[in-house]
Amino acid sequence: MPNPSKYWREIPQRYRLEAGKCTKCGFIAFPPRLVCPQCGNRKFEKTKLADSGTILTFTIIRVPPHQFEDQAPYAVGIAELDDGVRLTAQIVDCDSGVLKIGMRVRIEFRKIYEEGAAGVIYYGYKFVPA
Amino acid sequence: MRDVAVIGIGMTKWGELWEKSLRTIFVETALLAIDDAGVDRLDSMVVGCMSSGLFIGQEHLTSLLSDYLGKNPVPAARVESACSSGGLALRQGFIEVASGMSDIVLVGGVEKMTDVTGCEATYALGTAADQEYEGYHGLTFPALYAMMAVAHMHKYGTTREQLAMVAVKNHENGSKNPLAQFPFKISVEAVLQSVLVADPLHILDCSPITDGAAAVILCPADMAKKMKKPVVRITGSGHATDTIALSSRKDMAWLESTHLAGQKALAMAGQKIGDIDLFEVHDCFTIAEIMITEALGLVEQGRGGKAVEEGLTALKGKFPVNPSGGLKAKGHPVGATGVAQAVEVIKQLRGEAGERQVKGAKRGLTQNMGGTGGSSLVHVFEAD
Ligand SMILES: [Zn+2]
Repeated sequence: MPNPSKYWREIPQRYRLEAGKCTKCGFIAFPPRLVCPQCGNRKFEKTKLADSGTILTFTIIRVPPHQFEDQAPYAVGIAELDDGVRLTAQIVDCDSGVLKIGMRVRIEFRKIYEEGAAGVIYYGYKFVPA
Repeated sequence: MRDVAVIGIGMTKWGELWEKSLRTIFVETALLAIDDAGVDRLDSMVVGCMSSGLFIGQEHLTSLLSDYLGKNPVPAARVESACSSGGLALRQGFIEVASGMSDIVLVGGVEKMTDVTGCEATYALGTAADQEYEGYHGLTFPALYAMMAVAHMHKYGTTREQLAMVAVKNHENGSKNPLAQFPFKISVEAVLQSVLVADPLHILDCSPITDGAAAVILCPADMAKKMKKPVVRITGSGHATDTIALSSRKDMAWLESTHLAGQKALAMAGQKIGDIDLFEVHDCFTIAEIMITEALGLVEQGRGGKAVEEGLTALKGKFPVNPSGGLKAKGHPVGATGVAQAVEVIKQLRGEAGERQVKGAKRGLTQNMGGTGGSSLVHVFEAD
């Protein structure tokens, strides 16, 4: 189990989709960064990610890491959100047959996985068909 | 900068070596390289290893390996760049000799992966991706490469069969390599009927879990000539990085770090890609080899699938890719792979590759990659 601070410090991103917007060129960094990869600027203002996007690529994981064994097979994908940010997450609430590039999805807050009988429950964002 | 030559190579049989520890595997291989070079002195050693901490619970390899090689107090460095740790070790050794800092340098790579369960190995390998923003969501390495494959198939029409043909070709080559973990042939049907790992990739699209090591001895080319040994020079070294997360790439069907590292290495060598006689590349998954042939410029962007289908990259094709069997058939002890690629190229350039010899080979190239292409190293070798 990770140290609680390892989980806690990512909460603004995982629960609230907080990102940083470069004050110079407008690049949206998710997770937030200290340096803009596009223009080198070091100033960002807080912003929230768009809540919908389009699937760019996907796969169905059949051999999972041990924390996800009870969920396999499950779909994951990379979506380009409507603000241009690209995000990796599970795609849920649909049959694998409907997965395709160009599919519209929206972001929902869900349980990601849980550890052991009395372990921590990990939350975050997932994609669902829009 | 001084010209750098490789005067010794070492590699032992790869596989699931349950009876051997990391230190034994490494020392056996290093001794082969030292004996092959005929040197009794080492000025320095550099070892590539991705994750001895997670795989065997041991760090501080610099002390462990120099000690068990009987070479204390030789200066030793360990370098890590995920699956390109071996290629990075080669580059650091090359820089050390070229700069004049050291004359005789042992470059090694090692990984002992079967002391842990398959699940734990999957976790250890997963640390080469963005743990907080890819791993957290249940992504695995096969899944990331599967998403690259889906993007490539969608953009260029690359087919499922073409992916399988990469594995078939590399097993065909590997069947001629007695040191390979899986020295046997497979068919396209066998690939397609094997277990799905992450759609569309089956288990036979993936490189295996392997124990193994590889080593080379470097020295200034002037010194090598005096030793009356077959001289193979490293004439180009290129290195580039890219984003840790696949999602941050502009084009998920393109390996920019390999493209840039390849251009740098070829420019340093003063060669064009078409002048190279053989290629050892990082086929951790079948789609990777297809994308690498494109990134290195062997074929146009999007033509990598067609290239393997048309036999362009076969042992007897115009551009033989992975005559050793590649990571797929030879095995992929992650930290050792980049150095083993160099060992194969030297064997080929010395004319010592037996049944899989590329006739008259004078120039060879290695491409070693970490993660989903977050780091790439390319080296060019030329026989005198
Ligand atoms: Zn900016």
